[in-house]
Amino acid sequence: MAKKSTMKLWLLWIVASLGAAGAFGYVMFEAGDKTVFMPGPLSNGHHQLADACDSCHTDPLGGGEVLQQACIDCHGEERVKPHDSHPRTKFKDPRNADRLEKINALQCVSCHVEHRPEITRKNGVTQPVDVCYHCHVDVGENRPSHVGMAFDTCANSGCHNFHNNRALYTDFLVKHMDDADLSDKPKVPLREFGSVIDEIMEYPRDHYPVEPLTLADKDAPPEFAADEEIDRDWLETAHAKAGVNCSACHQPRDAQGELTAWVDKPGVEGCNSCHNHEVARFKLGKHGMRLAADLSPMRPDMARLPMNDKAAHAELTCNSCHGGHRFDAAYAAVDACLACHNDEHSVAYEASPHAELWQAEVGGKADAGTGVSCATCHMPRIDFDVNDWMSRKLVDHNQSATLSPNSKMIRPACLHCHGLGFSIDALADQSLIDNNFTGRPSRHVESLDLARADQERYLREKAEAAQ
Amino acid sequence: MKQHSRKNMIALTLLGAVATATGVSVAEDVADKPMISPKTMADALHLVMDSDRTVYTQKIVNRLAKKEKVITASEHFEDEKALVLPAQMFRFGSELVAKRAEKLPDVKFSYSLQSMWPVNKQNAPKTEAEKAGLKFVADNKGQNYYTVEELGGTKYFTAVYADTAVAPVCVSCHNDHKDTPRRDFKLGDVMGGVVIRIPVEG
Repeated sequence: MAKKSTMKLWLLWIVASLGAAGAFGYVMFEAGDKTVFMPGPLSNGHHQLADACDSCHTDPLGGGEVLQQACIDCHGEERVKPHDSHPRTKFKDPRNADRLEKINALQCVSCHVEHRPEITRKNGVTQPVDVCYHCHVDVGENRPSHVGMAFDTCANSGCHNFHNNRALYTDFLVKHMDDADLSDKPKVPLREFGSVIDEIMEYPRDHYPVEPLTLADKDAPPEFAADEEIDRDWLETAHAKAGVNCSACHQPRDAQGELTAWVDKPGVEGCNSCHNHEVARFKLGKHGMRLAADLSPMRPDMARLPMNDKAAHAELTCNSCHGGHRFDAAYAAVDACLACHNDEHSVAYEASPHAELWQAEVGGKADAGTGVSCATCHMPRIDFDVNDWMSRKLVDHNQSATLSPNSKMIRPACLHCHGLGFSIDALADQSLIDNNFTGRPSRHVESLDLARADQERYLREKAEAAQ
Repeated sequence: MKQHSRKNMIALTLLGAVATATGVSVAEDVADKPMISPKTMADALHLVMDSDRTVYTQKIVNRLAKKEKVITASEHFEDEKALVLPAQMFRFGSELVAKRAEKLPDVKFSYSLQSMWPVNKQNAPKTEAEKAGLKFVADNKGQNYYTVEELGGTKYFTAVYADTAVAPVCVSCHNDHKDTPRRDFKLGDVMGGVVIRIPVEG
């Protein structure tokens, strides 16, 4: 009797196990939603992709190499362009094999583990705070100014970043150590897309020659062609003036160059044929990364930052900020942001000195490029290599690129108007960030002082040697 | 005569085809046959590296920066709108090789420029072979240093070649650099060495 009962229990256990394995197997290989396997919440940088596990886990059975490739696919370019100071190739060199044994710097996950909120710090880093010690223990021998510094202070804002030190390397600090807080002619570069169209190989000039169009040239099918407001917006803005007809956005051409079916409300694909770099950069940032993963557009109610309740369900595509036919860049640069963002920094913008400058510019009382909008800092106009041979000023629609560490914002944004020391101090002052830079920095980062001391020592030694 | 000629043509064509096929087949055999020792390969690699770098130093940097004075060369070449320094060009090449070689499983070698008096302290000798090799090439002008070492569980044939100050710009730049530990280099001095590593079995 007892034997029979045991057999039954075994049978039940086997059937239950097989059922559970089958169910999990189905979810892993077939089902769209795989969140049942999620080991913990995602970091702030990736939480928008919580319902798209296969964005990173591209192969259900893949190991570390699959995850590494996923990191590179999205972040690879960001590592290369600013001249990564710790590139992979440095650690591939056999002479650094001993260093790899301590920290496997070839793998992004060595410092950026996902699904571990309990150990995730600012900038998505999860390694110990004194990680620099392993390779730079003797830094004091070459930099007397660094003797006695604790190794958990290296990456403080304004001193060093692991990857991007373009605004923080010693000679740059020396070059800018006497900068005034505010430059004589504070002004950001102007947009230049219209003037470089002739140099853009992929621009569809065969179908849309760069010549002004009139209402008579409009090529929308008759059933979509009778809206005076749309006509006016189109004619008064850059598209009609540059020969961009209705079909350019509403009927993106296929690989053979043939017009596709009319799309009444085109998504980012409508913009992509001319503004491909803007779209690609948009998809790399927090605004567009869901589109890159073939998910529905990002909405404010999915955000972790405070957002306006009224905009909770607004979907983020190009048209969210640029409108359908007026695509007003001035609206997109401030009003569009504030329609959703409701955190302390955003709310404080309108009463800030930056906003005052912006109002003067859009009101025609100051030169173009002298105002400071949200986009001035968060979507700066950068020198972007559109290919191996050409660079142009691009409005960087990856607004996450300079967010963390925030010292990445210094060169593309702050330095157009402010000195380096002022910028470093301002970005290290959380209360100043919160009130949207109304006032002066109350924090001081010593990096410039250390560079000055090193420079003075070098000049003194050089003078002594000359004598 | 005409027919005879046609037969000859056919025979010649066939002969040519056979010869070509044999040639290709022989070439394939030879191409895969291991004939080059690690030392010869390292010497050949160094010859190319050294020649390219010498050409860049003499015909571009020294000519344009020193003789014709139309542009400067700077460590911060982008910010200064200047030429890449010869040592940087060498390092960028080395990094590009490392990156491209990752996709070529049969191509396994690495190289770097190092010195007992490095401007960048990360380029100081680290392994025993590097320390011995850099000292040897500095003390024995004209001679190379060859050894075998094990790093990270892999055995490497390691060759060290002297890196000599061939142009006045090499000397002035190194002697004046803020971070240099030595300021008395002269033209013709050994300033460091090129280290080439090739993994070997056994």
